[in-house]
Order: sequence, then structure tokens, then C-alpha cells
Amino acid sequence: MSGPITPTRTYYCVFAALIALTLATVFVSFLELGPWHTTVGVLIGVVKASLVGLFFMHLLHSSKASWLAVLAGLFWFGILMALTLSDYLTRHVLAY
Amino acid sequence: MSTNHAVLAHHFENLEQQRETETFGMWLFLATEVLIFGAVFTCYAVYRLRYPHDFEAASARLNILIGSINTIVLLSSSLTMALSVHAARVGRQQMLLTCLLLTIFLGGTFLGFKALEYYEDYREKLVPVLSFDPGEWTKVEGAEGPVNPQRVQLMLVFYYVMTGLHAVHMIVGMGLLVWLVAEARRGRLTPVRYMPVDIVGLYWHFVDIVWIFLLPLLYLTGTHHTSDLHF
Amino acid sequence: MTSAITTGFIPQAKARPPRIPGENYLNVAFGVKSWLFTTDHKRIAILYLVTVTILFFLGGAAATVIRLNLMTPYGELVPADTYNKLFTAHGIIMVWFFLVPVVPTVLGNFLVPMMIGARDLAFPRINLLSWYVFTTGAVITLWALLAGGVDTGWTFYTPFSSKYARTNVLPTMIGIFISGFSSIMTGLNFIATMHTMRAPGMTWRRMPLFMWAHYAASVILVLATPVLAMALILVGVERAWGIGIFDPELGGDPVLFQHLFWFYSHPVVYIMLLPAMGIVSEIVTCFARKHIFGYVFILWSSIGIAVLGFLVWAHHMFVAGQSVYSAMIFSALSYMVAVPSAIKVFNWTATLYKGSIAFDTPMLFALGFIALFTMGGLTGLFLAALGVDMHVHDTYFIIAHFHFIMVGGAVMGYMAGLHFWWPKMTGRMYSEFLRKLAALIIFIGFILTFLPQFVLGYLGMPRRYHVYPPEFQVLNVMSSAGASILAVGYVLPLFYLFWSLYGGKPSGPNPWGATGLEWQTPSPPPTHNFDETPLVISGPYEYSTEEGALVH
Repeated sequence: MSGPITPTRTYYCVFAALIALTLATVFVSFLELGPWHTTVGVLIGVVKASLVGLFFMHLLHSSKASWLAVLAGLFWFGILMALTLSDYLTRHVLAY
Repeated sequence: MSTNHAVLAHHFENLEQQRETETFGMWLFLATEVLIFGAVFTCYAVYRLRYPHDFEAASARLNILIGSINTIVLLSSSLTMALSVHAARVGRQQMLLTCLLLTIFLGGTFLGFKALEYYEDYREKLVPVLSFDPGEWTKVEGAEGPVNPQRVQLMLVFYYVMTGLHAVHMIVGMGLLVWLVAEARRGRLTPVRYMPVDIVGLYWHFVDIVWIFLLPLLYLTGTHHTSDLHF
Repeated sequence: MTSAITTGFIPQAKARPPRIPGENYLNVAFGVKSWLFTTDHKRIAILYLVTVTILFFLGGAAATVIRLNLMTPYGELVPADTYNKLFTAHGIIMVWFFLVPVVPTVLGNFLVPMMIGARDLAFPRINLLSWYVFTTGAVITLWALLAGGVDTGWTFYTPFSSKYARTNVLPTMIGIFISGFSSIMTGLNFIATMHTMRAPGMTWRRMPLFMWAHYAASVILVLATPVLAMALILVGVERAWGIGIFDPELGGDPVLFQHLFWFYSHPVVYIMLLPAMGIVSEIVTCFARKHIFGYVFILWSSIGIAVLGFLVWAHHMFVAGQSVYSAMIFSALSYMVAVPSAIKVFNWTATLYKGSIAFDTPMLFALGFIALFTMGGLTGLFLAALGVDMHVHDTYFIIAHFHFIMVGGAVMGYMAGLHFWWPKMTGRMYSEFLRKLAALIIFIGFILTFLPQFVLGYLGMPRRYHVYPPEFQVLNVMSSAGASILAVGYVLPLFYLFWSLYGGKPSGPNPWGATGLEWQTPSPPPTHNFDETPLVISGPYEYSTEEGALVH
């Protein structure tokens, strides 16, 4: 990419946020949340991944084509996950 | 102008087009990678939903201390990688070399911890085929009665496949970084030709993102206790 | 830098017979090294052409033995386990080492840069690497298939493939896994090239439909292949270490493997089909001498197929034990894929309407494609229906259906494209009589081979058995007879195309009077494709019947 050069301060701030979120997610795993551990963990993960993508990988200043590749990857992963689970989550309802 | 000429490949019109193409190509490759990991994440999700208590019980036994330290190590390596790209673009050769070497060092630290962790897992009988004790697990109580050792083993298989695949990506990334260091030492990474750093950086950050999701899915799915914090 | 070359039709000078240009990509360098280390997309296309042609005839040989064995009801030619290995080899070679790569790597490699006015693909070295990766995968797989064979069928269903099969499952899967990366490289290269390397004036809406078809197919290549790679890794892990990921005894679910496998393997039929559809779009408009009807509709139907093709995979698993609700969703979605496919057929037909049609060989193949693809597509609707699929699942009805799509569609389209662009690739024209004869033989042989199989399947003959009840013999003999005619049809082009290299008349830059940038350079083209970067000022199909009259 050849967008504007990101100042190093941005990188340090993003890094601090990432570390804080990591500590938060590890802290949460010591609470008795039962099945909600995965949900909370993945949600924090999405925030962290977005920070890495937008700032470290410069998606914020990337071309539309790069965004298209990212969104396509995520969309097709969504298809795979959603339609596979559409089978497994309805198995108990009726089977032949 | 002569440097520009050497950097520009014969089939491109200008450097701008070449950079755009290289970045886009890497992003397309990363979309492929999303689906590679996406496939195994999907399998994991299916079994995670089907055997929730067995998976939580197995997850609680994984080494959360090493897992967390490694997350911080990997995030730090992403920072140094991002700084390498910055250094290459502004032309600070010494900073570039330092940051690249730091990234390699942190990547190596991650893999070292990972190897240590695998060894600890082996000693704690958490490795299917090599060392796994089904009898031990029949005594473990899940949220709804005793857990099923075979399902615990299934969770552990995914742990090794996912972290193993991630480690393979790390090793590839380390190789690319070593190449970058060689290029930087020859002074071939300049504000005109900084794309190799940028492209390898994208890959390195992606591998980092995969780990960001592996941490909650594998280590943090079960409830841990402070007594788990040991090497 | 740019000069005003338009895509409009330029009448050829009639006075002088065409000559082979002095320097072109074929004679710019000689020797084995100049081919094995080339990064010229045109030379890589030729490398691929040679490789996939060899693989096609190997896969065809396996089919020949299968059909010979099925001449008699009791399977007297080969024993049952050999028969299993034969249909597995046929499926694996034809799917992964012929149908998937053939159009993108041969015609796509050659034409993608030329059609958009670029000097090469975006990543020429990755393009060469993809050929090496493909060949490595092919060699490993062929070795595994010949030294012992595999009996799982091309689908590698677990737990048979992971636990019980005692044949070369692992090396075959490794070969397929490796060749998958060449698919990804090719798809990635095409998408990147089309996004960033279009010549000035070559807007998205001016791209030929062949390009759009390749764009859509590349999206599938890039996004589906990794899932297959992962599925193969998981089966490999399970097989090598005996730890059940898909093994029901150990808490796994074999249907999950089928989900992953068909997430790749259903869209893969569109990888085979979309580029062939692109070829037909080019040829129909050229030989009807009319602007393509509904350019925008054909374009979006390609993209639509690429997306919808991913939403239907579990219709391969209606009897595998998935949930009924999921099966209903997939059945409904499967019907939807028919819409973009039908849009294409209607638009081709409308293009032919009132055109001044010339029945030259590429057009004969293209018309064959439209007819056979329509039949294959319509029988696909039977299979999308849950109830009918229960009846004909795993019978010869399925075999006939997908061979109509794969052979009648994809291979027919490839033959059309190969005949259409052969003069561009080699600079020479092939025998006029033999080429029309071959098209006719292939069409007749194909119908005779696969039409009886619809009846066989509907009567209940299951696939993958090496014996069958004697009352099915008549239809089976018809099918085998057709296969031998088909074989002749496929060997003929091999001879006359090869002959044309030495004895064919020079074709000149544009023998068909086609529009499109690739026809504006000499045949064979120079290494850099265009002496000057072209400036595009109009759409790709500026035909009119008046101009057509100049040609005929």
C-alpha cells in the first residue's frame, strides 16, 4: 500500500489497547461464566483483530480492492459457518 | 530515477500500479488463509456446540499462563513489525534492521514457549496417541456429570491441529523475516522499494490475528483458577 | 505511450496472404530452458496445454476400461477392486487435473492479459510456480494411482478413507493438496491482474465476458480451494495417527467431512463451467456477427453463479443424514442457481436471433455446449428436488447429469475455445474438413454415451458397481459404443491440431473477423503482446451485420 505514513504514536496506542484487551480477556476466564466464556472471548477477539487490521495492516488507508478481498474472505467464511451450522443446530428437531 | 527503474517490473506502467497490485495480491492470499483457518474453525464450532462440557473441561486444563504470555509476545512482535514498515518507508535503515531483528526474536520466543508448552502437555498426559490417559478423565466432573474422554481427546486434537497450523505459519513468517534482514543489510529496502516489508508485514499481522482468536477458543473456553498459573 | 487502437472491427487487407510474423513469443528463444524458466504467460499457457492434454488422455483411458468392463453384466474384464481403482482414478484425474485447471490455465493464462491490454499477468513468477506446483501434485497423484491405486472414489468419504481403505489414500491426497495451491495461485493472479492491470479505457463494463467469467471462476478458486485443503489435512491427520476427527466411534461426525468437501466440490463445477460459458459468450457473438444480447445480464449472472454456487453444497448430502430443515434450505437454494444459468442460455439464444450465423467449428462446439448444457442443467433441477433425489441418488442418473455438464458443457466449451484461439496461439489454421468432422463425431458420440445413462439411472442402476442385472445390458452397450465414438472424436483434434503446427496455413492476426484486443496483435503475438499499450474506446462486441458482410 502506498497511503500516508502512519505516525509511530498511533502504533504505540494501538499496542497498549491490544495488551489491555488481552489482560481483560484472560481476567474474564477466571470468572464463573460457563458457556459464555467463548462468546465474550470471541467478541474481545473481534475488537483486537479489527485494531490490528485497521492500524497495523493499514486497512484504514487501503484501496477498495483490498477491502473487497477482506470482506469476501469474511463473507465466505460466514457462508461456510452459517450453512454448516444450519444442519447441526436443527438436527434434533427432525431427522430421517 | 535509475533506482525507480530497477524496482519497477517490466510489465507494470508505474510504481504506484505495482504497489497496488502487490498489496492487493497479498490481501487476496489472506482471504484464502481466512478460509483455510475458517474450515477448521467451523469443525471446531460444530463439536464445541455438540459437546460443550467436555470441551470446557479440556480447555480448563490447557496452560493459560503460557498461552497468555505468548499472546503478549506475539502482539509485541506485531508492533515491531509495524514499526519496521514505518522505518522502511521513512528510510531509517538502522531502525528497520533493529525492528526486524526484534520481530524475529519475539517470533522465536513465541515458538520456544510453544515448544515448552507442548512438552508440558505431554507430561500432563494431554497429547492424544503419544500420552493420553482416558481413565483420568472419567473422574472429571463436567457441568452435567462426568466428561467423556473421547470427546476431550477430540478437543485436544483440534488444539494441536490449530496451534500446529499456526506454528507452521509462524515458521514461514520467520523465514520471510530472515530474508528481509538479508535484504535490509544489503541496503536494498528503501523508501522506493519498501514493498517487501509491507507485504511480509501483512502476513505477519494476519498470523497474529489468527492467534488472537485461538486464545479464547482454545485456552479461555473453560473456567480457569488462579492455581492454574504455572509453567 | 498510448496509441488509439480501438476494439472496433478493422477489415483485413485482402491482397496479400497472411504471413507468420518475424519475431513472436514462440521463436524469441529456443531450447528446453527457455520454456522451463519462462515467465511469459503465453508460454506458460503452452506448458499447461501439454500437461493437461496428457492428463486428459490418461483419465480418458481409465474411462475406456470402465466402459469396456460394463459391456457385459458380470464384469468379466477387470476384478471388482481394480474397477474401484479405475473409477477413482478417472474421477480424480478428470476433476482435479483436467477440468479444474484446463480453461483457466490454458486459455485463461494466454488470454487474460491480452484481452485487457496488459503485458503479462500481475505476478509472472507465481504463474510459473503454479505450473511447477501443479505438475508436482499431478506426478505424485499419478504415481499413487498407478502404483497400487486408490479405491475410495474421488470424494474420499470418511470413515472409509480415514480408517478402512488399505490403498494409497495418503499420497493421493497429498498430490491433490499440492495441486490445490496452483489453483489458488492462478485465481489470485487473474483477480489481481483484472483489478490493477487493465489498459487505459478498459473499464469494468468494457471487459469481455470471457474475462468476467474468469473473474467469477477465480473468486471460487481462491475461496473454495483452501477449504478442500483443510478437509484433506484433517482426513490425513485422522488416517495417519488414528485419531478420530470424523470417526463416529470416537465422537466425530462423518457428515462434517462431507460438508467441508462439498463446500469446495460443488462450487468447483462452476470453476469448470464458468470459463466455458465465457468462451461461448465470445464465440456466439462473433459467429452471429451481432453485439452480445444482454451484456450486463451475462456479466452479473457469472457473479451470481459464483456466489449462489456456494450456497447449495449440501444437495449432495440429502441422503447422508443431515437435518431435514437444512436439506429443505439447500434444496430451495439449489433451484436458485438455475436462474443465472438460464439467463445465460436465453441471452445466447437472443444473440443468435436474426444474426448472420456462420457454422464454423468453434461455433459448432459452442452450439453443442448450449444444447448439452441446457439438458444437463434441466436434469439438475430433478436432483435439487428432495423427493426425486432420494430415488435417483447414487444412480447413473447422477452420472449422466454431471457428465452432460462436465463433458457436454465444460469440455465442449474448452474445445470451442481451443479451436477459436488456436490460430492466435500458433499463428496457423487447421484442416477445415477434419475439424468439422470432429465436432460432429464428438456430439454424436456424447449423446450416445450419456443419454442411455439417464434411463439406466432412472430404472435404478447404481453407480460405482462393476456388475449389473442383465436386463440393463442393451443400454450399457449403447453407452459403451458411444464412448468409443467419443474417443475417436477426441483423438482427431490431437492429430489435426498437431499437424497444423507444421502444415497449417498462416492464419493472419484475425481469421474470424472478431473484435477484442487479443485479435489486434499479430498471430502468434510478440512477447510483450502489444507494441504499444492500447487505448480502448469502445465495448468488446462492436459487431454489426454490415461488417460481417465484409468477411463472408
